[in-house]
Amino acid sequence: MLLIGLIAAASLPGFVQIPGGEHRPFYPPSPEQVLLPVQAFGMDITPVTNQEFLDFLQREPSWQDPPIILAEGRYLQSWASPTDLGALDPGAPVTDVSWHAARAYCQDRGGDLPTVTQWEFAADATQTQATGARQDPATLSLILDWYALQGSPGPVRQRSPNLHGLYDMHGLIWEWTLDFNSQLISSDAREAGDQDRVRFCGAGALDASDPEDYASFMRFAYRSSLTANATTSNLGFRCAYSR
Amino acid sequence: MLLSVLLSCVTKTVEIPTALAAESRTTGGSAAGDLGAPVGDPVRAVLTHAPQVPPPTGRTEPAKVIVELEVEEKVMPISEGVDYTFWTFGGEVPGEFIRIRQGDTVEFHLQNHPDSKMPHNIDLHAVSGPGGGAASSFTAPGHESQFTFKALNAGIYVYHCATAPVGMHVANGMYGLILVEPPEGLPPVDREYYVMQGDFYTVGKYHEKGLQPFDMQKAIEENATYVVFNGSEGSLVGDKALHAEVGDTVRLFVGNGGPNLVSSFHVIGEIFDKVYTEGGSFAQENVQTTLIPAGGATMVEYHVEAPGTYILVDHSIFRAFNKGALGMMKVEGDAQLEIYSGKEVDSVYLAEKAASRQSIVTASAELAAGEVSKEAQIAAGSSLFAGTCSTCHQGNGAGIPAVFPPLAGSDFLNADPERAISVVLNGLSGPVTVNGDDFNSVMPPMSNLNDDEVANILTYVYDSWDNAGHQVTAQQVAAVRSGTDRPAGAPH
Ligand code: HEC
Ligand SMILES: [Cu+2]
Repeated sequence: MLLIGLIAAASLPGFVQIPGGEHRPFYPPSPEQVLLPVQAFGMDITPVTNQEFLDFLQREPSWQDPPIILAEGRYLQSWASPTDLGALDPGAPVTDVSWHAARAYCQDRGGDLPTVTQWEFAADATQTQATGARQDPATLSLILDWYALQGSPGPVRQRSPNLHGLYDMHGLIWEWTLDFNSQLISSDAREAGDQDRVRFCGAGALDASDPEDYASFMRFAYRSSLTANATTSNLGFRCAYSR
Repeated sequence: MLLSVLLSCVTKTVEIPTALAAESRTTGGSAAGDLGAPVGDPVRAVLTHAPQVPPPTGRTEPAKVIVELEVEEKVMPISEGVDYTFWTFGGEVPGEFIRIRQGDTVEFHLQNHPDSKMPHNIDLHAVSGPGGGAASSFTAPGHESQFTFKALNAGIYVYHCATAPVGMHVANGMYGLILVEPPEGLPPVDREYYVMQGDFYTVGKYHEKGLQPFDMQKAIEENATYVVFNGSEGSLVGDKALHAEVGDTVRLFVGNGGPNLVSSFHVIGEIFDKVYTEGGSFAQENVQTTLIPAGGATMVEYHVEAPGTYILVDHSIFRAFNKGALGMMKVEGDAQLEIYSGKEVDSVYLAEKAASRQSIVTASAELAAGEVSKEAQIAAGSSLFAGTCSTCHQGNGAGIPAVFPPLAGSDFLNADPERAISVVLNGLSGPVTVNGDDFNSVMPPMSNLNDDEVANILTYVYDSWDNAGHQVTAQQVAAVRSGTDRPAGAPH
């Protein structure tokens, strides 16, 4: 299974190697850890599309109708059926998929969901620099404009890729991460007041490395609202591969 | 910035009065607020959209009250032809009005629509407990949260979303009011209305048409593009004005969602007989203008004596004229001339500005259809002129000798339409001779007017007072505007 997965991953056209580096986390895990090392890893260049997910469901029928604990009622709700996209654009990113289903897809390909650190590191690249998207006004306004847009996401790859060759890290959909709930897990260990702060008021503005980085605030708030079986019409995923 | 994020999160502290001697009248506060266990079957709260207020609870014993509020992210007009993606409690801004009685136990259900992009929660200032319910109501898209609280303090309270980044959720319209009636209820009045002010920050300037995204930088700088009542400019004018009859006692519940600005709330032509300052339990009497903090509310009451149109404003007055903070209450009934002669100046002036909306709408509708008739331009221009230029050049265009040059029969004006466009867009200063008289003063640039508006005003001016009759088009205005060099960062 793993071997097959690796072969499948290696033969994928839509996959790039991201050189390692250092990532400045939005919420440093501790005051000393303002920079986290990131190992090189592979990542899908676009979010997984409806067509790709349909192919997966045909290979793995058990994910056509998973139990509620793995994917809540709205799983693939905009599809005509789990084997029929209906009117949906096959080239648009798949949404309404749970964390469990997204993980199953990535594991089938020999990878897994990216960690929050991997995703944020990859997403911090601009078109020309490996870091800086979080401070880049153009990226920020792309993200803010996207929040104001209504309707289902259009096809992937309509905008220029970032330095790593990744498309649509911003401005198309939300994406699942492996440890999307790590903010809550780590804050459970703290006193209740601190946990609350992460969950609502100012979302831990005290801990955030850059309180003006509204887009990061929103991503972290969004992730922390999720449960692993949640499915929403703006949430999809892409996979990561560690060599 | 750090501070502003933290300050927008209101932590409610419960104070138990220790030195009662200092204040002879007291409700006893939250320590005396628990009126016992709920009695009878649970009741479902009646929720209303602004400007309506739910009827009094009419209850004399504490009840269990079920409130269901749905969060919806929704594109709606913020002004004529200008759309904005609002985040709402109940599908409108402000959120639905909730009315309960002190001592009630509220079972609160917060639903987040499946199409939402954001998680949301609710912090009700009427809750005694950390976060005002926010921690217990953090809700992902397509989910529902439930929590329960007992309302211990009577008063009128703001509720708002407190999800990070708080400022942005509030700036997008996530606020409303909850009234906790005192045990004996509020004194009966003839009419109750719900008005809530909010400030909005868009990438495009005031009245720039189309879907306008949120401008975070303007929000941080507290440089509001719109300041409006009930979620959009014009929400309380014309057909949508509040209504009362001569002899009525009116009660307004007025909230201020912010996120940034404090309101100087005033009703032109009225004096508030009572103001429950900051929504507290004891009234101040005979107040002209009352401050409503961001994240605060007030209750005002007044008896109306004279028929006519009363204008609700934020008396930080540029917000009323140039950002939208203007509403109306129309009072019908017989005139009482000994109280009011019928010539109140503020009222007439503002009514003209407010009345202008209809003709402006006609012109922009025609524009959308491809062509604007000169008649429509003149009609729209006349009301814009009254609201924008007549303060200085006078309604009859005659100006004021030595101070404001005439537009009526002005040789300077008639000689060159392009130059007139430039005067409006860029202002004019220094010596200028009009019809043989010298002026040396300053006209401020009116570059906040859009191309259509400038074209309509000038077409009206040229058509009036024996002027040359030129028709000015939006294209001409656009050409002059783009041909003008402006320092980087200046408004254009
Ligand atoms: C705040 C007062 C003020 C307002 C409001 C104002 N103006 Fe003026 N306007 C002036 C002054 C003062 C001058 C003369 C400037 C000078 O002497 O340098 C002037 C000059 C002019 C002139 C050129 C002189 C003439 O009389 O022909 C025109 C045209 C004009 N204004 C049009 C308008 C129009 C149209 C509006 C409304 C969009 C407007 N103004 C609004 C104060 C004002
Ligand atoms: Cu919200």
